[in-house]
Amino acid sequence: MNVLMIAAKEIHQAIRNRWVLAATLLLAGLALSLTFLGSAPTGNVGVRTLDVVIVSLSSLTIFLVPLIALLISHDAIVGEMERGTMLLLLSYPVARWQVLLGKFLGHLSVLAFATCLGYGLAVGALAATGGQIDTDSLLAFVAMIGSSVLLGAAFVAIGYLISALVRDRGTAAGICIGLWLLLVLIYDMALLGVLALDQGRNISAAALNAMLLSNPTDAYRLINLTGFANVSTFAGMAGLAQSTSLTVPVLLIALLCWTLVPLGLAALAFSRREL
Amino acid sequence: MTKTVRICDVTKDYGSVKAVRGASFELGEGELVALIGHNGAGKTTLMKLMLGLIRPSSGSIEVLGDNPAAGEFAGRRQLGYLPENVSFEAALTARETQAFYARLKREPVAKALDLLDAVGLGSASRRRIGTYSKGMRQRLGLAQALIGRPRVLLLDEPTTGLDPELRQTFYDVIARLASEGATVLLSSHALTELEERAGRVIIMNRGVKVADGSIEELRRLARLPTRIRLKVSGLAPHEMPAWAPADAICRRLNGHFVEIDAAPERKIELLHRATALGNSVEDVDVIPPTLDELYAHFLRQSEQPS
Repeated sequence: MNVLMIAAKEIHQAIRNRWVLAATLLLAGLALSLTFLGSAPTGNVGVRTLDVVIVSLSSLTIFLVPLIALLISHDAIVGEMERGTMLLLLSYPVARWQVLLGKFLGHLSVLAFATCLGYGLAVGALAATGGQIDTDSLLAFVAMIGSSVLLGAAFVAIGYLISALVRDRGTAAGICIGLWLLLVLIYDMALLGVLALDQGRNISAAALNAMLLSNPTDAYRLINLTGFANVSTFAGMAGLAQSTSLTVPVLLIALLCWTLVPLGLAALAFSRREL
Repeated sequence: MTKTVRICDVTKDYGSVKAVRGASFELGEGELVALIGHNGAGKTTLMKLMLGLIRPSSGSIEVLGDNPAAGEFAGRRQLGYLPENVSFEAALTARETQAFYARLKREPVAKALDLLDAVGLGSASRRRIGTYSKGMRQRLGLAQALIGRPRVLLLDEPTTGLDPELRQTFYDVIARLASEGATVLLSSHALTELEERAGRVIIMNRGVKVADGSIEELRRLARLPTRIRLKVSGLAPHEMPAWAPADAICRRLNGHFVEIDAAPERKIELLHRATALGNSVEDVDVIPPTLDELYAHFLRQSEQPS
């Protein structure tokens, strides 16, 4: 009950602060432009347009969804403490884990709403302009939206953990930006560099799998680019899809762990905090 | 009298700073208690300890049957708190905020919204809190603290930013709640306001409780002189009247008044002496030591190594 009340308040605030509007517009705008501009090189004839859209949208998601998630979440605990609103809230009959879980549900709803609406618009526009969409592709698209929300959940949870640990908002924002750069950009480049240098001599397939699973964005990338045969052809990942032993359920579990473990740690850190 | 709050030998340190040192007291139903002390004396820390926002370094606390340090919060449904510098989500309106807090306490929302009118927010309650002045936020702070029928009210500097009229209403409201059995603990710097209202005063200095009792008890303990101020005619500006006691401090004020510092037990005797024998006394004021003076006295006393 308390959890739902807090979630409802967070959603209400996000609507009032125009967070929902901003996130939805951003995702919808980019999704639409990718859908129409992104298909220019392949053309529209005989190509499974939606599969191409999935490839480009999931690449967009990897950059954007973690960023939005961290922007919403880094402030959740330390920001409310600095503004003094947490003091009053915690004097009410609510447990701290309820506050955290309520915020999580609220923020995740905002993110899920923006993703579904933004990306849904892209599909709608594609269908309206006569693009061919078959069931397989649609299924892959729905899976893409679902996993995007899960990726968002992981980064919301990571943002909370940072927010629960640091002393002021500035530090939380700094760490979040650093973490975003690391997980979204640097990690893959470093991994590629290491693999290229190693030439397959020391790094086993198991080690590579472990390295891919230890970054939520890579788990997300693999789900969407290798999970569906048609899509992986366009993504140029067909080779990797055949060689990796990471199945979609394993990848989903990895993403789920990336959500639950930081969330649990955030609850623990928050419950020990004094304010 | 049922005890609602128990503080037992509580110490709280932040690193090397001891915010509260070995404080013990109990608060009972129907008590209106003033917690006074300068900034950093440990008033806010004590309230936060009672709410479980921070945990004591040693000692135990019980509030409405809960141990707040262990995260128990069932009793908080019957507890109202107004923090110093209260703040709210700027994007929401007062009505939305008040409704949210009422739901958290499982209290009827409509009654909670009526409180907004009672504190004089009126039509402003439909505006976003971001547009509010400090006084309006303070009013909302009071309204949320009064949701339901709180059995314990912890008010940290409740009257700062309130205009005199609302101050009066505020004291009426908490006096009524106390008479209905609520425990009210309020910290304030406005000692003159508290003097007539608080049934009990707790004085803190540097984290240590230095005095605790009703104002009369504190006056007795402090043994501060009562000032007797007499309007005397027919005296030269610096002349002392003949009946002035030699063993009490007397002084002249602005040409017309004679002021005598009377020890508590000599008060009546000195009054008799001054008004007897057809002295030229035209008016008498008896001024007992104020809370300000008592406060200063107990602080001085606690600073002296005994």
